[in-house]
Amino acid sequence: MAVLSYLEAIRETLRQELAHDSRIIIYGEDVGVRGGVFRVTEGLQKEFGEDRVIDSPLAEAAIVGTAIGAAINGLRPVPEIQFADFIFPAINQIVQEAARIRYRSNGTFGVPMVIRAPFGGGVHGALYHSQSVEAFFAHVPGLKVVVPGTPYDAKGLLASAIEDEDPVLYFEHKAAYRSLKGEVPDDRYLIPIGQADLKRQGKHLSIITYGLMVSYALKAAEELEKDGVSVEVLDLRTVRPLDVSAILQTAKKTGKVLIVHEDNLTGGVGGEISALISEHALFYLDAPIMRLAGPDVPAMPYSPPLEHAFMVTPEKIRDKARELAKF
Amino acid sequence: MLDKGLTPKVMLDMYYHMALARAVDDRMWILNRQGRAPVVYTSNGHEAAQVGSAFALNRGEDWICPYYRDLALVLAYGMTAREVMLHLLGRAEDPNSGGRQMPAHWGHAERHILTSGSVVATQDAHAAGLALASKVLKDGRVSVAYFGEGSTSQGEFHEALNFAAVHKLPVIFFNENNGYAISVPSRKQMAVQDVAARASGYGMPGIIVDGNDPIKVYEVVKEAADRARRGEGPTLVEAKTYRFVPHSSDDDDRAYRSREEVAEAKKRDPLVMFEAYLRDQKILNDKKLKEMQQQIKDVVNDATDYAEKAALPDPSTLADYVYSS
Repeated sequence: MAVLSYLEAIRETLRQELAHDSRIIIYGEDVGVRGGVFRVTEGLQKEFGEDRVIDSPLAEAAIVGTAIGAAINGLRPVPEIQFADFIFPAINQIVQEAARIRYRSNGTFGVPMVIRAPFGGGVHGALYHSQSVEAFFAHVPGLKVVVPGTPYDAKGLLASAIEDEDPVLYFEHKAAYRSLKGEVPDDRYLIPIGQADLKRQGKHLSIITYGLMVSYALKAAEELEKDGVSVEVLDLRTVRPLDVSAILQTAKKTGKVLIVHEDNLTGGVGGEISALISEHALFYLDAPIMRLAGPDVPAMPYSPPLEHAFMVTPEKIRDKARELAKF
Repeated sequence: MLDKGLTPKVMLDMYYHMALARAVDDRMWILNRQGRAPVVYTSNGHEAAQVGSAFALNRGEDWICPYYRDLALVLAYGMTAREVMLHLLGRAEDPNSGGRQMPAHWGHAERHILTSGSVVATQDAHAAGLALASKVLKDGRVSVAYFGEGSTSQGEFHEALNFAAVHKLPVIFFNENNGYAISVPSRKQMAVQDVAARASGYGMPGIIVDGNDPIKVYEVVKEAADRARRGEGPTLVEAKTYRFVPHSSDDDDRAYRSREEVAEAKKRDPLVMFEAYLRDQKILNDKKLKEMQQQIKDVVNDATDYAEKAALPDPSTLADYVYSS
């Protein structure tokens, strides 16, 4: 077992999967010779050849559209969208094609493909290199949306996503790439898509979150522990499908729920989680469900004070959780 | 001609599929006007382009990615008249979609007819992707995207051709240019005369062919498919043709083109011209034609009866196949 960064865990998984299944191909902008702008695919073209790790033209709709065709004709494409912010030219192919193909063909066609994309802010990426786009896709039946929060989960979830018979969006947080490190087993393993993970047990309140915010919530929980507030942290790991039973279980257990995401507040995944709890666990609650999320401004600004004002931080989580604990 | 596989028997089969498509098409319009089918999209006028190209492929093995105009194509590719009627009437047994998609949204996994949506030009990228897999897997298949000239204004048309050319993929982009995207004439769609002219911008051959002549279309597509299988990359084929009826049963083409123009175009009806050619070549005579017409009538009647009696989907299946499990 080695200690790997979040990025290294993803790269090692891609390497392992490419070796494990000859149907897998990787392609996207700069993924070949350069190994990707973040180096996630570094060395893979050299190891597996230009037929399997492909530098594609700079055209997102074509990247996803061709991946759909390749998947239908027997491959397991793992296309990369260089930044999640650039996924929108491909949204018709993802939402209207990939997500609907099984349904519209009455189960006779399927699209086993994984679209990887770095997302999230706090890295001076500004409006078009910082977005969280998961809610757009979490809305769509036919898609699965995975957002790992640790190197260990990144590996097991990516392997599951590649094995999945349906299209999966796999969002990797840019700020997590090198900042998060953890033990990752060498052997191949699978973490089921749609299964949340209780990252920390607690008694007084629950933080439900995913992605980079998991590590931030854990930091906040540690601080609150010093004040005698016992915080439970549920890592969703997948935002479609949601692990409804795990959400309800933690809500019922602590009776106080704080939902955290970096994505904009309105229409974010938090609204859905809140609705589920209200519908199914109302009388277990001791306080209103609270949400801490990116503000409803179009996207994350560049200049540091503005960027900081947008970002959800461990401190902001701690303060919001304290407010909830006191309710 | 004969050395390219077009024996008299094959040519008769081509004619049969063109005539079958026209008859199924006519029947669908009647069902629509009788209130028995909500909407119809036609291939009326395009039969030669579609059937000629289908016969040039390894049918059932090569992939075709059709659009809504391609009734004659899918019939020539092995879809039965019954299956078309099941689709038109939204029956559970419809192999295209189990009654989920509106008519003319073709797709038949066993026959390698790719499922299709309504946003035009998406299938161009799918065809390139199918071909990408063929290149990697070395399965010897060629993929063909079919599309109208209006859809060449879409970004994905450009993206797909560029991608396919860069990676030298075994794919054919087959344009059925009938001069109109519903009501918008091609001169308002593009500032060039020919769709094929765009091929040079991608570094692939662009071939113009008379889309009303199934033999010429067959030859051009056969050559493009051979080229693709040799690893020499994609070809853009532009079949010039005409749509003899409105875009759909909800359209009225009198709003955008004169009756004189349509009458003039009908002088080059591919069905009439091919029949004359086959008679001239002594491949077809009155007796044979009569037999074939009777056979087609029987097939269309059977398809209509079968589909009308077939079960509708059970509402309890609404949520089936959102995911694989």
